[in-house]
Amino acid sequence: MKRILVGIKRVVDYNVRIRVKPDGSGVITDGVKMSINPFDEIALEEALRIKERGGAEEVVVVTIGPADCQPQLRTALAMGADRALHVQADGVIEPLVAAKAILKLVEREQPLLVILGKQAIDDDNSQTGQMLAALWNRPQATFASKVELAEGKARVTREVDAGLETLEVDLPAVVTTDLRLNEPRYVKLPDIMKAKKKPLETLTLSAIGVEQKQRLKLVKFEPPPQRQKGIRVKDAAELVEALRTKGLL
Amino acid sequence: MSSKVLIVAEHDGTKLNPSTAKCVTCARGITGAEITVVVCAADASAIASQAAQLAGVAKVLTVENPANAHLLAAVLAPQIVALAGPFTHVFGPSTTFGKDLMPRIAALLDTAQVSDVMATQSPTRFCRPIYAGNAILTVEFDGAAKIVATVRTASFEAAPNGGSAAIEKASVDAALPTHTRFVAVSAAKSDRPDLQTASRVISGGRALGSADAFKILYSLADKLGAAVGASRAAVDAGFAPNELQVGQTGKIIAPELYMAIGISGAIQHLTGIKDARTIVAINKDSEAPIFEVADFGLVGDLFQIVPELERLIGA
Repeated sequence: MKRILVGIKRVVDYNVRIRVKPDGSGVITDGVKMSINPFDEIALEEALRIKERGGAEEVVVVTIGPADCQPQLRTALAMGADRALHVQADGVIEPLVAAKAILKLVEREQPLLVILGKQAIDDDNSQTGQMLAALWNRPQATFASKVELAEGKARVTREVDAGLETLEVDLPAVVTTDLRLNEPRYVKLPDIMKAKKKPLETLTLSAIGVEQKQRLKLVKFEPPPQRQKGIRVKDAAELVEALRTKGLL
Repeated sequence: MSSKVLIVAEHDGTKLNPSTAKCVTCARGITGAEITVVVCAADASAIASQAAQLAGVAKVLTVENPANAHLLAAVLAPQIVALAGPFTHVFGPSTTFGKDLMPRIAALLDTAQVSDVMATQSPTRFCRPIYAGNAILTVEFDGAAKIVATVRTASFEAAPNGGSAAIEKASVDAALPTHTRFVAVSAAKSDRPDLQTASRVISGGRALGSADAFKILYSLADKLGAAVGASRAAVDAGFAPNELQVGQTGKIIAPELYMAIGISGAIQHLTGIKDARTIVAINKDSEAPIFEVADFGLVGDLFQIVPELERLIGA
Protein backbone atom coordinates (compact mmCIF):
# COMPACT_ATOMS: atom_id res chain seq x y z
CA MET A 1 0.00 0.00 0.00
CA LYS A 2 1.24 3.49 -0.83
CA ARG A 3 1.60 5.03 2.57
CA ILE A 4 2.80 8.30 4.07
CA LEU A 5 4.08 8.45 7.61
CA VAL A 6 3.76 11.80 9.40
CA GLY A 7 5.51 12.63 12.65
CA ILE A 8 3.81 14.96 15.10
CA LYS A 9 4.97 16.41 18.39
CA ARG A 10 2.92 17.82 21.23
CA VAL A 11 4.27 21.24 22.16
CA VAL A 12 3.26 24.31 24.15
CA ASP A 13 0.83 26.22 21.93
CA TYR A 14 2.55 28.93 19.93
CA ASN A 15 0.34 31.65 21.46
CA VAL A 16 1.43 30.88 25.01
CA ARG A 17 3.88 33.28 26.62
CA ILE A 18 6.76 31.13 27.79
CA ARG A 19 8.02 31.58 31.35
CA VAL A 20 11.07 29.97 32.88
CA LYS A 21 10.56 28.31 36.28
CA PRO A 22 12.14 30.34 39.09
CA ASP A 23 14.45 27.44 40.02
CA GLY A 24 15.76 27.21 36.43
CA SER A 25 14.72 23.57 36.04
CA GLY A 26 12.55 24.12 32.96
CA VAL A 27 9.77 26.25 31.56
CA ILE A 28 6.30 26.37 33.05
CA THR A 29 4.01 23.86 31.31
CA ASP A 30 1.47 23.16 34.08
CA GLY A 31 -1.99 24.25 33.00
CA VAL A 32 -0.62 25.56 29.70
CA LYS A 33 -2.39 24.91 26.40
CA MET A 34 -0.72 22.16 24.37
CA SER A 35 -1.06 21.70 20.60
CA ILE A 36 0.37 19.86 17.64
CA ASN A 37 3.63 21.54 16.61
CA PRO A 38 2.53 23.95 13.82
CA PHE A 39 5.11 22.61 11.34
CA ASP A 40 3.80 19.07 11.94
CA GLU A 41 0.26 20.20 11.18
CA ILE A 42 1.61 21.42 7.85
CA ALA A 43 3.27 18.01 7.37
CA LEU A 44 -0.02 16.23 8.00
CA GLU A 45 -1.92 18.59 5.71
CA GLU A 46 0.55 17.90 2.91
CA ALA A 47 0.20 14.14 3.38
CA LEU A 48 -3.60 14.43 3.29
CA ARG A 49 -3.47 16.51 0.10
CA ILE A 50 -1.17 13.98 -1.58
CA LYS A 51 -3.61 11.23 -0.62
CA GLU A 52 -6.59 13.25 -1.89
CA ARG A 53 -4.81 13.70 -5.22
CA GLY A 54 -4.35 9.92 -5.42
CA GLY A 55 -0.63 9.92 -4.64
CA ALA A 56 -1.05 7.77 -1.54
CA GLU A 57 -3.61 5.42 -0.07
CA GLU A 58 -3.01 5.75 3.63
CA VAL A 59 -1.74 8.42 6.02
CA VAL A 60 -0.34 7.22 9.35
CA VAL A 61 0.57 9.66 12.14
CA VAL A 62 3.15 8.83 14.77
CA THR A 63 4.21 10.53 17.95
CA ILE A 64 6.73 9.70 20.65
CA GLY A 65 5.89 11.03 24.08
CA PRO A 66 3.89 10.61 27.27
CA ALA A 67 0.31 9.37 27.54
CA ASP A 68 -0.84 13.02 27.44
CA CYS A 69 -0.11 13.10 23.69
CA GLN A 70 -3.27 11.22 22.79
CA PRO A 71 -5.48 14.31 22.33
CA GLN A 72 -3.03 15.58 19.70
CA LEU A 73 -3.11 12.20 17.94
CA ARG A 74 -6.93 12.31 18.00
CA THR A 75 -6.79 15.80 16.48
CA ALA A 76 -4.55 14.44 13.73
CA LEU A 77 -7.04 11.63 13.11
CA ALA A 78 -9.84 14.20 12.99
CA MET A 79 -7.88 16.18 10.40
CA GLY A 80 -7.96 13.05 8.25
CA ALA A 81 -5.13 10.66 9.16
CA ASP A 82 -6.24 7.03 8.82
CA ARG A 83 -4.55 5.67 11.93
CA ALA A 84 -2.14 6.65 14.67
CA LEU A 85 0.89 5.11 16.33
CA HIS A 86 1.85 6.27 19.80
CA VAL A 87 5.27 5.31 21.10
CA GLN A 88 4.88 6.06 24.78
CA ALA A 89 7.86 7.50 26.63
CA ASP A 90 8.27 9.89 29.53
CA GLY A 91 11.15 12.27 30.10
CA VAL A 92 13.53 13.82 27.60
CA ILE A 93 13.38 12.34 24.10
CA GLU A 94 16.33 13.63 22.12
CA PRO A 95 16.04 13.96 18.34
CA LEU A 96 18.36 10.98 17.78
CA VAL A 97 16.10 8.77 19.91
CA ALA A 98 13.03 10.08 18.07
CA ALA A 99 14.71 9.37 14.72
CA LYS A 100 15.62 5.83 15.79
CA ALA A 101 12.06 5.20 16.95
CA ILE A 102 10.56 6.52 13.72
CA LEU A 103 13.03 4.37 11.75
CA LYS A 104 11.66 1.26 13.51
CA LEU A 105 8.15 2.26 12.46
CA VAL A 106 9.36 3.01 8.93
CA GLU A 107 10.74 -0.52 8.70
CA ARG A 108 7.37 -1.85 9.80
CA GLU A 109 5.14 0.42 7.72
CA GLN A 110 7.30 0.76 4.58
CA PRO A 111 6.08 4.26 3.64
CA LEU A 112 6.95 5.90 0.33
CA LEU A 113 7.33 9.22 2.11
CA VAL A 114 7.92 10.39 5.66
CA ILE A 115 6.90 14.01 6.30
CA LEU A 116 7.94 15.85 9.45
CA GLY A 117 7.93 19.47 10.55
CA LYS A 118 11.23 21.24 9.96
CA GLN A 119 11.52 22.05 13.67
CA ALA A 120 9.51 21.85 16.86
CA ILE A 121 8.73 25.26 18.32
CA ASP A 122 9.68 24.16 21.84
CA ASP A 123 13.30 23.00 21.57
CA ASP A 124 13.86 24.57 18.10
CA ASN A 125 16.30 21.75 17.32
CA SER A 126 15.52 21.06 13.65
CA GLN A 127 17.22 17.65 13.67
CA THR A 128 14.84 14.69 13.65
CA GLY A 129 14.05 14.54 9.92
CA GLN A 130 17.67 14.80 8.86
CA MET A 131 18.70 12.18 11.42
CA LEU A 132 15.99 9.80 10.26
CA ALA A 133 17.09 10.20 6.63
CA ALA A 134 20.70 9.50 7.64
CA LEU A 135 19.89 6.35 9.62
CA TRP A 136 17.52 5.15 6.89
CA ASN A 137 20.16 5.95 4.27
CA ARG A 138 17.54 7.72 2.15
CA PRO A 139 17.23 11.23 0.66
CA GLN A 140 16.16 14.24 2.69
CA ALA A 141 14.47 17.36 1.38
CA THR A 142 14.27 19.78 4.27
CA PHE A 143 12.41 23.11 4.64
CA ALA A 144 10.01 22.25 1.80
CA SER A 145 7.67 24.85 0.33
CA LYS A 146 6.45 22.63 -2.54
CA VAL A 147 6.28 18.85 -2.99
CA GLU A 148 5.42 17.15 -6.28
CA LEU A 149 5.34 13.36 -6.53
CA ALA A 150 5.99 11.49 -9.74
CA GLU A 151 6.60 7.79 -10.33
CA GLY A 152 9.22 6.76 -7.79
CA LYS A 153 10.47 10.32 -7.35
CA ALA A 154 9.66 13.60 -5.68
CA ARG A 155 10.55 17.08 -6.77
CA VAL A 156 10.83 19.34 -3.76
CA THR A 157 11.29 23.10 -3.58
CA ARG A 158 13.17 24.16 -0.47
CA GLU A 159 13.34 27.52 1.29
CA VAL A 160 17.07 28.16 1.66
CA ASP A 161 19.03 31.28 2.62
CA ALA A 162 19.78 32.08 -1.02
CA GLY A 163 16.17 31.74 -2.20
CA LEU A 164 14.40 28.64 -3.46
CA GLU A 165 16.25 25.43 -4.25
CA THR A 166 14.74 22.51 -6.12
CA LEU A 167 15.89 18.94 -5.53
CA GLU A 168 14.83 15.70 -7.15
CA VAL A 169 14.89 12.75 -4.78
CA ASP A 170 14.21 9.05 -5.26
CA LEU A 171 11.49 7.58 -3.07
CA PRO A 172 11.24 6.62 -0.33
CA ALA A 173 12.48 9.87 1.18
CA VAL A 174 12.12 12.21 4.14
CA VAL A 175 10.60 15.66 3.66
CA THR A 176 10.51 18.36 6.34
CA THR A 177 8.05 21.20 5.99
CA ASP A 178 8.45 24.95 5.99
CA LEU A 179 5.70 27.45 6.71
CA ARG A 180 4.54 28.20 3.22
CA LEU A 181 4.00 24.63 2.04
CA ASN A 182 0.27 24.83 2.75
CA GLU A 183 -2.33 26.08 5.19
CA PRO A 184 -3.67 23.28 7.39
CA ARG A 185 -7.41 22.64 7.36
CA TYR A 186 -9.69 23.21 10.31
CA VAL A 187 -11.12 20.21 12.08
CA LYS A 188 -14.91 19.86 11.86
CA LEU A 189 -17.03 18.51 14.68
CA PRO A 190 -18.28 15.37 12.85
CA ASP A 191 -14.66 14.50 12.09
CA ILE A 192 -13.81 14.71 15.78
CA MET A 193 -16.56 12.17 16.45
CA LYS A 194 -15.34 9.91 13.64
CA ALA A 195 -11.74 10.17 14.86
CA LYS A 196 -12.70 8.50 18.13
CA LYS A 197 -13.26 5.27 16.23
CA LYS A 198 -10.07 5.35 14.19
CA PRO A 199 -7.28 2.94 15.20
CA LEU A 200 -4.68 4.22 17.66
CA GLU A 201 -1.97 1.75 18.52
CA THR A 202 0.16 2.20 21.61
CA LEU A 203 3.75 1.00 21.71
CA THR A 204 6.76 1.62 23.93
CA LEU A 205 10.35 2.48 23.10
CA SER A 206 11.60 -0.75 24.64
CA ALA A 207 9.01 -2.81 22.76
CA ILE A 208 10.33 -1.46 19.45
CA GLY A 209 13.92 -1.86 20.62
CA VAL A 210 15.08 1.72 21.06
CA GLU A 211 17.12 2.84 24.06
CA GLN A 212 16.05 6.20 25.50
CA LYS A 213 19.57 7.53 25.81
CA GLN A 214 20.07 11.12 26.93
CA ARG A 215 23.34 12.57 25.73
CA LEU A 216 22.73 16.22 26.62
CA LYS A 217 22.20 17.01 30.27
CA LEU A 218 19.89 20.00 30.74
CA VAL A 219 21.91 22.06 33.20
CA LYS A 220 19.71 25.11 33.56
CA PHE A 221 17.03 27.23 31.94
CA GLU A 222 17.21 31.01 32.14
CA PRO A 223 15.09 33.85 30.86
CA PRO A 224 16.80 35.73 28.04
CA PRO A 225 18.43 39.09 28.78
CA GLN A 226 15.92 41.90 28.28
CA ARG A 227 16.63 44.86 26.06
CA GLN A 228 16.52 48.27 27.69
CA LYS A 229 13.38 50.10 26.72
CA GLY A 230 14.25 52.95 24.39
CA ILE A 231 12.84 56.38 23.73
CA ARG A 232 10.09 57.75 21.51
CA VAL A 233 10.98 60.34 18.92
CA LYS A 234 8.33 62.71 17.56
CA ASP A 235 9.16 62.77 13.86
CA ALA A 236 11.54 61.67 11.11
CA ALA A 237 13.86 64.65 11.68
CA GLU A 238 14.35 63.79 15.34
CA LEU A 239 14.97 60.14 14.42
CA VAL A 240 17.64 61.05 11.86
CA GLU A 241 19.24 63.39 14.41
CA ALA A 242 19.28 60.65 17.06
CA LEU A 243 20.81 58.11 14.67
CA ARG A 244 23.46 60.62 13.55
CA THR A 245 24.35 61.35 17.17
CA LYS A 246 24.90 57.62 17.71
CA GLY A 247 27.06 57.48 14.60
CA LEU A 248 24.64 55.16 12.83
CA LEU A 249 24.08 57.36 9.78
CA MET B 1 42.07 15.95 26.45
CA SER B 2 42.59 18.85 24.11
CA SER B 3 39.81 19.81 21.76
CA LYS B 4 40.11 19.42 18.00
CA VAL B 5 37.33 21.16 16.12
CA LEU B 6 36.40 20.41 12.52
CA ILE B 7 34.37 23.20 10.89
CA VAL B 8 32.43 22.45 7.74
CA ALA B 9 32.86 25.42 5.39
CA GLU B 10 29.80 26.95 3.75
CA HIS B 11 30.37 28.42 0.30
CA ASP B 12 28.70 29.08 -3.04
CA GLY B 13 31.27 27.28 -5.19
CA THR B 14 33.73 30.16 -5.36
CA LYS B 15 33.41 32.25 -2.20
CA LEU B 16 33.52 31.30 1.45
CA ASN B 17 30.32 32.29 3.25
CA PRO B 18 30.93 34.64 6.23
CA SER B 19 29.10 32.12 8.43
CA THR B 20 32.28 30.02 8.43
CA ALA B 21 34.32 32.83 10.03
CA LYS B 22 31.68 33.03 12.76
CA CYS B 23 32.00 29.31 13.43
CA VAL B 24 35.74 29.87 13.83
CA THR B 25 35.10 32.50 16.51
CA CYS B 26 32.72 30.15 18.30
CA ALA B 27 35.31 27.36 18.21
CA ARG B 28 37.98 29.74 19.53
CA GLY B 29 35.81 30.07 22.63
CA ILE B 30 36.88 26.54 23.53
CA THR B 31 40.19 26.97 25.37
CA GLY B 32 43.11 25.51 23.49
CA ALA B 33 41.01 24.25 20.59
CA GLU B 34 42.87 23.31 17.43
CA ILE B 35 40.71 24.38 14.50
CA THR B 36 40.52 22.72 11.09
CA VAL B 37 38.21 23.90 8.30
CA VAL B 38 37.08 21.41 5.67
CA VAL B 39 36.05 22.64 2.22
CA CYS B 40 34.05 20.20 0.12
CA ALA B 41 33.67 21.53 -3.41
CA ALA B 42 34.12 20.67 -7.06
CA ASP B 43 37.05 23.09 -7.13
CA ALA B 44 38.11 24.05 -3.63
CA SER B 45 41.25 26.10 -4.24
CA ALA B 46 39.86 29.66 -4.05
CA ILE B 47 37.58 28.87 -1.10
CA ALA B 48 40.36 27.08 0.77
CA SER B 49 42.72 30.02 0.48
CA GLN B 50 40.03 32.30 1.93
CA ALA B 51 39.53 29.88 4.84
CA ALA B 52 43.29 29.64 5.39
CA GLN B 53 43.43 33.39 6.05
CA LEU B 54 41.01 33.27 8.98
CA ALA B 55 42.84 33.95 12.23
CA GLY B 56 42.79 30.92 14.50
CA VAL B 57 42.54 28.27 11.78
CA ALA B 58 45.38 25.75 12.03
CA LYS B 59 44.65 23.74 8.89
CA VAL B 60 42.34 23.65 5.89
CA LEU B 61 41.36 20.34 4.35
CA THR B 62 40.00 20.23 0.81
CA VAL B 63 37.81 17.47 -0.56
CA GLU B 64 37.40 17.95 -4.31
CA ASN B 65 34.80 15.93 -6.14
CA PRO B 66 32.39 16.82 -8.98
CA ALA B 67 29.63 15.45 -6.69
CA ASN B 68 30.36 18.40 -4.36
CA ALA B 69 29.40 21.01 -6.97
CA HIS B 70 26.16 21.49 -5.05
CA LEU B 71 26.17 21.12 -1.30
CA LEU B 72 23.74 18.24 -0.80
CA ALA B 73 23.52 16.99 2.78
CA ALA B 74 23.15 13.35 1.76
CA VAL B 75 26.33 13.58 -0.35
CA LEU B 76 28.41 15.67 2.08
CA ALA B 77 27.57 13.85 5.31
CA PRO B 78 29.42 10.59 4.59
CA GLN B 79 32.51 12.54 3.49
CA ILE B 80 32.59 14.59 6.69
CA VAL B 81 32.03 11.47 8.76
CA ALA B 82 34.97 9.79 6.98
CA LEU B 83 37.19 12.72 8.02
CA ALA B 84 35.81 13.14 11.54
CA GLY B 85 37.94 10.41 13.18
CA PRO B 86 40.61 12.56 14.89
CA PHE B 87 38.25 15.37 15.93
CA THR B 88 36.41 15.92 19.20
CA HIS B 89 33.91 18.45 17.75
CA VAL B 90 32.27 18.97 14.36
CA PHE B 91 30.77 22.44 13.85
CA GLY B 92 28.73 24.01 11.08
CA PRO B 93 26.78 27.26 10.82
CA SER B 94 23.15 27.48 11.84
CA THR B 95 22.18 28.60 8.33
CA THR B 96 19.92 26.53 6.09
CA PHE B 97 23.11 24.85 4.81
CA GLY B 98 24.27 23.78 8.28
CA LYS B 99 20.79 23.02 9.62
CA ASP B 100 20.28 20.63 6.72
CA LEU B 101 23.68 18.95 6.93
CA MET B 102 24.84 18.77 10.55
CA PRO B 103 22.08 16.52 12.00
CA ARG B 104 22.76 14.07 9.18
CA ILE B 105 26.40 13.98 10.27
CA ALA B 106 25.45 13.64 13.95
CA ALA B 107 23.17 10.67 13.26
CA LEU B 108 25.84 8.87 11.24
CA LEU B 109 28.25 9.44 14.15
CA ASP B 110 25.55 8.18 16.56
CA THR B 111 25.80 11.32 18.63
CA ALA B 112 23.66 14.26 19.73
CA GLN B 113 23.71 17.68 18.13
CA VAL B 114 23.66 20.97 19.99
CA SER B 115 21.68 23.32 17.75
CA ASP B 116 22.23 27.11 17.62
CA VAL B 117 25.16 27.42 20.02
CA MET B 118 25.26 31.01 21.29
CA ALA B 119 28.09 30.55 23.81
CA THR B 120 30.66 27.90 24.76
CA GLN B 121 31.22 27.60 28.49
CA SER B 122 33.61 24.65 28.32
CA PRO B 123 34.51 22.04 25.71
CA THR B 124 31.32 20.18 26.66
CA ARG B 125 29.00 22.92 27.92
CA PHE B 126 27.00 25.19 25.63
CA CYS B 127 24.20 27.76 25.77
CA ARG B 128 21.41 27.80 23.20
CA PRO B 129 18.07 29.54 22.76
CA ILE B 130 14.84 27.53 22.90
CA TYR B 131 11.15 28.50 22.59
CA ALA B 132 11.94 31.18 19.98
CA GLY B 133 14.53 32.69 22.28
CA ASN B 134 12.16 32.96 25.24
CA ALA B 135 14.50 30.81 27.29
CA ILE B 136 18.21 30.11 27.23
CA LEU B 137 19.19 26.51 27.91
CA THR B 138 22.62 25.41 29.11
CA VAL B 139 23.45 21.84 28.10
CA GLU B 140 26.31 19.56 29.13
CA PHE B 141 27.37 16.89 26.69
CA ASP B 142 27.62 13.58 28.46
CA GLY B 143 29.82 10.82 27.13
CA ALA B 144 32.81 10.19 24.95
CA ALA B 145 31.19 10.61 21.54
CA LYS B 146 31.97 13.51 19.22
CA ILE B 147 30.08 16.72 19.78
CA VAL B 148 28.23 18.00 16.73
CA ALA B 149 26.91 21.55 16.84
CA THR B 150 25.44 24.28 14.71
CA VAL B 151 26.62 27.78 15.52
CA ARG B 152 24.15 30.63 15.87
CA THR B 153 25.98 33.06 13.61
CA ALA B 154 24.33 36.19 15.06
CA SER B 155 26.01 35.47 18.41
CA PHE B 156 29.58 35.70 17.10
CA GLU B 157 31.73 38.22 15.30
CA ALA B 158 33.46 36.91 12.18
CA ALA B 159 37.05 35.81 12.81
CA PRO B 160 39.35 38.39 11.20
CA ASN B 161 41.85 37.64 8.48
CA GLY B 162 45.51 37.43 9.33
CA GLY B 163 46.06 33.68 9.53
CA SER B 164 48.01 31.52 7.12
CA ALA B 165 46.89 27.96 7.69
CA ALA B 166 48.33 25.06 5.73
CA ILE B 167 46.04 23.73 3.00
CA GLU B 168 45.98 19.98 2.56
CA LYS B 169 44.14 17.80 0.07
CA ALA B 170 42.18 15.08 1.81
CA SER B 171 41.12 11.89 0.13
CA VAL B 172 37.90 10.47 1.35
CA ASP B 173 36.83 6.90 1.11
CA ALA B 174 33.05 7.05 1.26
CA ALA B 175 30.24 5.75 -0.91
CA LEU B 176 28.29 8.78 -2.18
CA PRO B 177 24.59 8.37 -2.86
CA THR B 178 22.97 9.39 -6.15
CA HIS B 179 19.41 9.33 -4.81
CA THR B 180 19.41 13.11 -4.29
CA ARG B 181 19.92 15.42 -7.27
CA PHE B 182 20.23 19.18 -7.48
CA VAL B 183 17.83 20.68 -10.03
CA ALA B 184 17.98 24.46 -9.65
CA VAL B 185 18.25 27.37 -7.31
CA SER B 186 16.38 30.58 -7.93
CA ALA B 187 17.56 33.64 -6.10
CA ALA B 188 16.70 37.20 -6.87
CA LYS B 189 19.86 38.89 -8.11
CA SER B 190 20.55 41.85 -5.93
CA ASP B 191 23.32 44.41 -5.57
CA ARG B 192 22.24 45.08 -2.00
CA PRO B 193 24.26 43.73 0.94
CA ASP B 194 23.53 40.21 2.13
CA LEU B 195 20.78 40.22 4.75
CA GLN B 196 22.62 37.87 7.07
CA THR B 197 25.79 39.94 7.28
CA ALA B 198 24.64 43.50 6.52
CA SER B 199 25.43 46.15 9.12
CA ARG B 200 22.17 47.95 8.35
CA VAL B 201 18.82 46.28 7.67
CA ILE B 202 15.50 47.87 6.71
CA SER B 203 12.62 45.46 7.32
CA GLY B 204 8.99 45.73 6.33
CA GLY B 205 5.84 44.12 7.65
CA ARG B 206 2.23 43.53 6.77
CA ALA B 207 1.44 47.24 7.05
CA LEU B 208 3.24 47.86 3.74
CA GLY B 209 0.15 46.35 2.14
CA SER B 210 1.61 45.22 -1.19
CA ALA B 211 4.75 44.12 -3.01
CA ASP B 212 4.61 47.43 -4.84
CA ALA B 213 4.62 49.42 -1.62
CA PHE B 214 7.71 47.49 -0.50
CA LYS B 215 9.63 49.49 -3.10
CA ILE B 216 9.79 52.48 -0.76
CA LEU B 217 11.87 50.31 1.57
CA TYR B 218 14.23 49.25 -1.21
CA SER B 219 14.68 52.89 -2.08
CA LEU B 220 15.50 53.85 1.52
CA ALA B 221 17.76 50.80 1.86
CA ASP B 222 19.74 51.83 -1.21
CA LYS B 223 20.28 55.27 0.22
CA LEU B 224 21.65 53.70 3.42
CA GLY B 225 23.55 50.85 1.81
CA ALA B 226 21.26 48.56 3.79
CA ALA B 227 19.88 45.08 3.20
CA VAL B 228 16.11 44.56 3.09
CA GLY B 229 14.28 42.13 5.35
CA ALA B 230 10.66 41.24 5.99
CA SER B 231 8.38 39.82 8.64
CA ARG B 232 6.73 36.45 8.17
CA ALA B 233 3.39 38.19 7.61
CA ALA B 234 4.85 40.20 4.73
CA VAL B 235 6.40 37.12 3.14
CA ASP B 236 3.23 35.05 3.59
CA ALA B 237 1.26 37.84 1.93
CA GLY B 238 3.64 37.78 -1.03
CA PHE B 239 5.03 41.29 -0.47
CA ALA B 240 8.62 39.97 -0.27
CA PRO B 241 10.41 36.72 -1.22
CA ASN B 242 11.04 34.02 1.40
CA GLU B 243 14.79 34.63 1.61
CA LEU B 244 14.09 38.01 3.21
CA GLN B 245 12.22 36.56 6.19
CA VAL B 246 13.67 37.49 9.57
CA GLY B 247 12.67 35.57 12.70
CA GLN B 248 12.45 32.22 14.46
CA THR B 249 11.96 30.30 11.26
CA GLY B 250 13.74 32.72 8.95
CA LYS B 251 17.06 34.46 9.35
CA ILE B 252 18.56 35.38 12.71
CA ILE B 253 20.52 38.58 12.24
CA ALA B 254 22.65 41.00 14.28
CA PRO B 255 23.09 44.25 12.32
CA GLU B 256 24.35 47.52 13.82
CA LEU B 257 21.08 49.17 12.80
CA TYR B 258 17.73 47.46 12.33
CA MET B 259 14.72 49.47 11.20
CA ALA B 260 11.39 47.69 11.62
CA ILE B 261 8.83 49.44 9.47
CA GLY B 262 5.19 48.50 9.78
CA ILE B 263 6.14 45.41 11.80
CA SER B 264 4.08 44.80 14.95
CA GLY B 265 6.80 42.68 16.55
CA ALA B 266 5.50 39.16 17.17
CA ILE B 267 7.79 37.19 19.48
CA GLN B 268 8.78 34.98 16.53
CA HIS B 269 10.06 38.08 14.73
CA LEU B 270 11.81 39.57 17.76
CA THR B 271 13.86 36.41 18.23
CA GLY B 272 15.47 37.11 14.87
CA ILE B 273 16.64 40.62 15.80
CA LYS B 274 17.40 40.58 19.51
CA ASP B 275 21.14 40.87 18.84
CA ALA B 276 20.78 43.97 16.68
CA ARG B 277 22.83 46.81 18.18
CA THR B 278 20.16 49.49 17.63
CA ILE B 279 16.51 48.86 16.78
CA VAL B 280 14.28 51.52 15.27
CA ALA B 281 10.54 50.94 15.10
CA ILE B 282 8.12 52.87 12.91
CA ASN B 283 4.50 51.88 13.34
CA LYS B 284 1.16 53.62 13.45
CA ASP B 285 0.02 51.50 16.41
CA SER B 286 1.64 53.00 19.51
CA GLU B 287 0.84 49.79 21.43
CA ALA B 288 2.71 47.51 19.01
CA PRO B 289 5.06 45.12 20.88
CA ILE B 290 7.97 46.18 18.66
CA PHE B 291 8.17 49.40 20.70
CA GLU B 292 9.04 47.33 23.80
CA VAL B 293 12.40 46.40 22.28
CA ALA B 294 13.07 49.46 20.11
CA ASP B 295 15.83 51.90 21.03
CA PHE B 296 14.04 54.55 19.02
CA GLY B 297 10.29 54.41 18.40
CA LEU B 298 8.34 56.62 16.04
CA VAL B 299 4.56 56.40 15.94
CA GLY B 300 3.09 57.48 12.63
CA ASP B 301 2.24 56.72 9.03
CA LEU B 302 5.11 54.88 7.41
CA PHE B 303 4.07 56.08 3.96
CA GLN B 304 4.85 59.63 5.08
CA ILE B 305 7.80 58.87 7.33
CA VAL B 306 9.83 56.63 5.01
CA PRO B 307 10.06 59.10 2.09
CA GLU B 308 10.85 61.85 4.56
CA LEU B 309 13.65 59.77 6.09
CA GLU B 310 15.04 59.17 2.65
CA ARG B 311 15.01 62.91 1.92
CA LEU B 312 16.59 63.83 5.28
CA ILE B 313 19.33 61.21 4.99
CA GLY B 314 20.16 62.37 1.50
CA ALA B 315 20.38 65.96 2.66
